[in-house]
Amino acid sequence: MTTVTPTLTITPTRERSRPGADESPRTWVRSLEDLPATAEPQRRRTLSTSTAQDRMVVLGSLVSAPALAWLVCFRLLPWGTVLAFALTGFVLFLAIVTVTTAALTPGPAVADRLAAALITGGAALVGIALVSTVVFTFARGAAVLPHLNTFTQDMAGVGPRDPLDRGGVLHAIVGSLIQVGIAIVVTVPLALGTAVFMTEVGGRFARVVRTVVEAMTALPSIVAGLFIYTVLLLQLGVPRSGFAAAMALSVMMLPIIARAADVVLRVVPGGLREASLALGASRWRTVWHVVLPTARPGLATALILGIARGIGETSPVLLTSGASSFLVVNPFIGSMNSLPLFIFSAVRSGEPVYIQRGFAAAVILLAIVLILFVVARRLARPANGR
Amino acid sequence: MSTAVRTEDPALLAATPRRLSSNQSGSDKVFVVLSRTVGATVLAITGGIGFFLALQAFPTLRRYGLSFFTETQWQPEADVIGIASVLVGTATVALVAMTVAFPLALAMALFIVEYAPARLRSSLVALVDLMAAVPSIIYGLWGFFLLQPHASNVAHWLQTYAGFLPFFRVDADAHAAMWEQSRYTASAFVAGLAVAMMAMPMACAVMRQVFSQTPLGEREAALALGSTRWGMIRTVVLPFGRGGIIGGTMLGMGRALGETIAVVLIISPSFDLKFRPLEVGTNTVSALIAGRFGEASPSQLSALLTAGFVLFLITLVVNTFAALIVANSRSGAGTDI
Repeated sequence: MTTVTPTLTITPTRERSRPGADESPRTWVRSLEDLPATAEPQRRRTLSTSTAQDRMVVLGSLVSAPALAWLVCFRLLPWGTVLAFALTGFVLFLAIVTVTTAALTPGPAVADRLAAALITGGAALVGIALVSTVVFTFARGAAVLPHLNTFTQDMAGVGPRDPLDRGGVLHAIVGSLIQVGIAIVVTVPLALGTAVFMTEVGGRFARVVRTVVEAMTALPSIVAGLFIYTVLLLQLGVPRSGFAAAMALSVMMLPIIARAADVVLRVVPGGLREASLALGASRWRTVWHVVLPTARPGLATALILGIARGIGETSPVLLTSGASSFLVVNPFIGSMNSLPLFIFSAVRSGEPVYIQRGFAAAVILLAIVLILFVVARRLARPANGR
Repeated sequence: MSTAVRTEDPALLAATPRRLSSNQSGSDKVFVVLSRTVGATVLAITGGIGFFLALQAFPTLRRYGLSFFTETQWQPEADVIGIASVLVGTATVALVAMTVAFPLALAMALFIVEYAPARLRSSLVALVDLMAAVPSIIYGLWGFFLLQPHASNVAHWLQTYAGFLPFFRVDADAHAAMWEQSRYTASAFVAGLAVAMMAMPMACAVMRQVFSQTPLGEREAALALGSTRWGMIRTVVLPFGRGGIIGGTMLGMGRALGETIAVVLIISPSFDLKFRPLEVGTNTVSALIAGRFGEASPSQLSALLTAGFVLFLITLVVNTFAALIVANSRSGAGTDI
């Protein structure tokens, strides 16, 4: 045990670098009393990914870029639109950040700041795009929604130029719900059964089924509609109806939901299945009491997102359902309107009032999809909360 | 001696091992048969569609031969039918869409994984998922009513300042005192922008998933060596996620190729074989089907179905490659650079 001279209260690294300290031992035990009485109580350093200088650079660029962009767009060059202003502003912002950082810090930091600005800008653009989509749809449809007859009346006997307090989109809402309802009744048992077959039974035949189902998810929805149109409507003579539209939607949704459910079932831990089998349960009971309950949140999400996809799909419906202007409840007789189809025909009509109705239908459709989405997120949460 | 020769002991004979049987119980047999039936039904339905589409291609191809792929016009009344121009149009729209969607998807994925504050992360993921769930007709409305006026300005700007590039050419005078805005609308460019909104979330979701699987050790190693955050992304996250980037982009492109209603809303159909995305008029396979199915005779229908089948095959190839690339990418498989 060596004693320590009073000068050795400094850190070992600095000690070793001192030329005169070669003869001192490399390790030692330092007694607490050796600490200088004036030592500050150690404080945690605050960790931060950015320095004050970084923040000032960003702040300064945020101020100067719009100013310069205004000068460029509205005073120097004939680009006087809001979009040009925003784009020029962003490019100038990148340039100013780059130049300022290059003047203050070495090379790698410049690339880092530029990349951060670009990536944040890209993400912001995505956010703006989504928000503008939702807000724009709601804003254009807002004038119609206070007229409650929008939800309670159909367009029977209502001309395209009639005021908004006559007529509504009830027939489209009901039509959409009926068509998607039939599609759900058809696809969900088939898709779930197929997913169970592919994961729980297996074998060579299951691999064939999986390959074909995965391939068919690539089927463009319009081709699914054209298939039903050719086979069901032209060759089998089924009239244009809600049922035909529901079949087209089913053909489109079946591979999507089956594949999503397959993915969900595949991540159920094998240990759970084996535990159930080891307790003497049959395969059927294992699936029913262990596998499906475990995968329930994921399955619900897969189903709901598939349904959301189906309710918003226009092209299969466009080919198969026909578009009535009045409420039709029987899916087998007579053409039946639906929300996407109503929106499509409304905005193509060119009549301003009718286009407004189309936007109101779009708001309703968007609201339905949003509700389905929120429900799906809620159901999926327990699985994420691990 | 520790081993003993076992003699035949009649008392032990009764304890022969139980016969193991892999015979299933009755309910299991029913379960297997039932699920196999469901699987076979779904196989018959989905496979039947593919088979039916393929079958429809025969009469068309026998009638028109290879000219079906080289002819640009679609004039059934003149017995001239070909998908060259619509294929080029489909590719143009998809290309524009991916040119816009790819950088945005990459930026959004990197932002979610690397830059966003941790408490914002799950809501941003939900935001991207929501974008994927928004119906395509809504994006069509957005593109047609909100985006188109601005996009035609951008198109005019591109033509004015970059018109020497062949793909920015527009058949109109860029420097006219009153430039013809209608020449710059209803183009593959505007349609591609709307389709990009649908392709972006798919690509972004795949990229984000792969990026978030980047081994933490490698990330921290890069940072500990003094790398900046971008340096770490460039040397660790992006090489690790290369498969996801390529695969996700291709999946998004699969969606972009088949998109119908947003394209139908925006474009004005034309059958010119051209690669001028900024100029008015283009057509895609799906828009062709949506526009022509109504008045089609049975033979024209089988031609449309053939066009649809070609589109399906293209999408299938793109999706299969995407899935292969994602599956074969290095997802947490150790440290090989």
